[in-house]
Amino acid sequence: MTVCRDAFANQCALFQGLLGVLSVRNGSTEQTYDIKTPYKLHGLDEGPSTKATLSHDDALKMYREMTAIRRLETATSNLYKEKLIRGFCHLYSGQEAVAVGIFNTIKPEDGIITSYRAHGWTYLRSMSASCVMAELTGKSVGCSQGKGGSMHMFGDNFFGGNGIVGAQTSIGTGVAFAHKYLGTNNLCVALYGDGAANNGQVFESFNLSKLWDIPVLYVVENNLYGLGTSAERSSASTEYYKRGDYVPGIWMDAMDVLGVREVMRFACDYCRSGKGPIIVECVTYRYFGHSMSDPGTSYRTRDEIQEVRKTRDPITGFKELITTSGLVSADELKKIDGDVKKEMDAAAKVAKTGPAVELPSLYTHVYSTILPGMMIRGPDAYTYGSPK
Amino acid sequence: MGSARIPGQLLFHANKLLFGRNAWGTAASTCLVAKKSSTLAYQPDISPAEFGETTRMNLFQSLTSAMDIVLQDDPTSVVFGEDVAFGGVFRCTVGLKEKYGKDRVFNTPLSEQGIVGFGIGIAVAGATAVAEIQFADYIFPAFDQLVNEAAKYRYRSGDLFNVGKLTIRSPCGAVGHGGLYHSQMPESFFVHAPGLKVVIPRGPIQAKGLLLSCIRDQNPCIFLEPKILYRSAVEEVPVGDYVLPLGKAEVIMEGSDVTLLGWGTQVHVLRQVADLAHDKLNISCELIDLRTILPWDSATVIESVKKTGRLLVSHEAPITGGFGAEIASTIQEECFLHLEAPVQRVCGYDTPFPHVYEAFYLPDKWRCFEALKKMINY
Repeated sequence: MTVCRDAFANQCALFQGLLGVLSVRNGSTEQTYDIKTPYKLHGLDEGPSTKATLSHDDALKMYREMTAIRRLETATSNLYKEKLIRGFCHLYSGQEAVAVGIFNTIKPEDGIITSYRAHGWTYLRSMSASCVMAELTGKSVGCSQGKGGSMHMFGDNFFGGNGIVGAQTSIGTGVAFAHKYLGTNNLCVALYGDGAANNGQVFESFNLSKLWDIPVLYVVENNLYGLGTSAERSSASTEYYKRGDYVPGIWMDAMDVLGVREVMRFACDYCRSGKGPIIVECVTYRYFGHSMSDPGTSYRTRDEIQEVRKTRDPITGFKELITTSGLVSADELKKIDGDVKKEMDAAAKVAKTGPAVELPSLYTHVYSTILPGMMIRGPDAYTYGSPK
Repeated sequence: MGSARIPGQLLFHANKLLFGRNAWGTAASTCLVAKKSSTLAYQPDISPAEFGETTRMNLFQSLTSAMDIVLQDDPTSVVFGEDVAFGGVFRCTVGLKEKYGKDRVFNTPLSEQGIVGFGIGIAVAGATAVAEIQFADYIFPAFDQLVNEAAKYRYRSGDLFNVGKLTIRSPCGAVGHGGLYHSQMPESFFVHAPGLKVVIPRGPIQAKGLLLSCIRDQNPCIFLEPKILYRSAVEEVPVGDYVLPLGKAEVIMEGSDVTLLGWGTQVHVLRQVADLAHDKLNISCELIDLRTILPWDSATVIESVKKTGRLLVSHEAPITGGFGAEIASTIQEECFLHLEAPVQRVCGYDTPFPHVYEAFYLPDKWRCFEALKKMINY
């Protein structure tokens, strides 16, 4: 049962029917919806709930977060086309539901670590679009002080942003282990993609985490392509939720943010209860190519991209769900759209005009402190500056 | 914004491509980097007549041509790596899958350790393996396989087995915007593993000949391709089969006062330094392209330094533990009484490759020129 495009056509149809059963409680401040696309379970007797209860305020919050990420990525792509951002830039558009669904489930003290497609997470964990965009243009007000760029963004309990694929799973396992022995009852969410799922250290992490019951939540963001190689062409088994073998797993359609939230609730409870790791495979889609240098159309058709945009877009789907069920009004959403636009425009301005990184950033933070008499050696005996 | 701009715009002028790598001393406070047109010409090499008919090719096309010849002549050969089937992220393998089939030119999953280990297995069993690591920065998961397996197979088996049929190709080097993980030059990590060969070409004619040599060499080779030259380096490259020797440096320019030594992209920077030295100081420089880093042609370099008495080595990789250190040590040992000045190493600083201020990090022509002046005035 490989996840192939035909299966998606079916799910498109299912999702389109996701208006669900409404049970009105307390006027229209809360609604309950059905998660239509069934989950698939591995190594679990029971799965997450198929009903999601959503409050008016949460609906607006999640809508705002997804819209903000979408807008942020669009603004970033515009800056890139203007050549104000250079280098490698990997956009999250289309996958917002994964980040927002997880974000609305975990605690601020829980760790997150992900791959290079990290702008969405950086925004959520810092709540500052200018911090993200300024990092992309290399300004000192960026979240890594301009030293990291697109792939190396960090935040509170957000361990990045990793360029080397697969490295984040081992590191995330370690973060979770630290939480366990420090007794904090926190977990770590380690996100990786379908491409990374074939990397050796992912399996090493599974073994370590299951052996020691480490509270790590592995999330496979299966957007069907690892750069230009489709999942079927790179993986002997595309059932990534089963790849952990002895680690239980759940498969879900992650274009549905409510579904993500329900599944993550279940998964977090599982981890926090001391049962060890769990894998959640989130089937999602990215609209842009792998990065800004990849048009994204040499290995998939434009029709496929348009189809997903039309029928499975997470934001449009969520919007339809909450407006037609009467939970929120269209005007409220429109206001949010306007606010988000203003926020991103302001952030783009900071990105363009903010203070550039100072020259000492070239040679500071190589080690923890500047040792007396130490020089960063170059041909002209450059010296460390004094720490600020 | 201090990010360096390496002009991607190419101004064709007869058979010269304008290509420059240096920052223009942008002050830290400017926000927008001005587009500067180039500073120098990429000097294309002239192909020796004995290599036959030539055609215009850039670096990635010359590599495709080399692999095409290998796939044609050697029926056991296979080319593999991440995304190579559709042509590769740098278009080095365009058309090969269509011509030779998907059992010979194929994509691998994302596992560098797996790719190299798999390549070692293919080679040891007697088939020719040309593996691509998508960026040299990603080669480290495969480090154990290269250093502990590939390099040592012949030695530990008493010559019963060897990994000679393995060649690893990987794009390397600064490209203007690569940041920490798309700009590294890792050659010095591998020179520490006897049993491997490490080769870095400076242009298309060199690349094709050297790659063909690497693939046919009886030892595992790591072929690092300066990615910034993929499109910008264009030459009249021989269409047929030819090889260039490994383990031999090339004296590109003869001179009498200073020896300039580099490899890959840095050779072109040093060429500019030689021109500067000639124009401003009336100094005659001898320019050497090392080509093979391991085993390196110390004889050619020693002979040159005995003539000039001054050596400037330059590489992008960080200075401490960079290959310049090995060269400097050997030269001071072999040429002590011939040296007029201490050996100068102009290299990257000892920091991770920066996201911003790349231009300040790189050993550009001005830094090299300063070092040269120091030697002249010693």
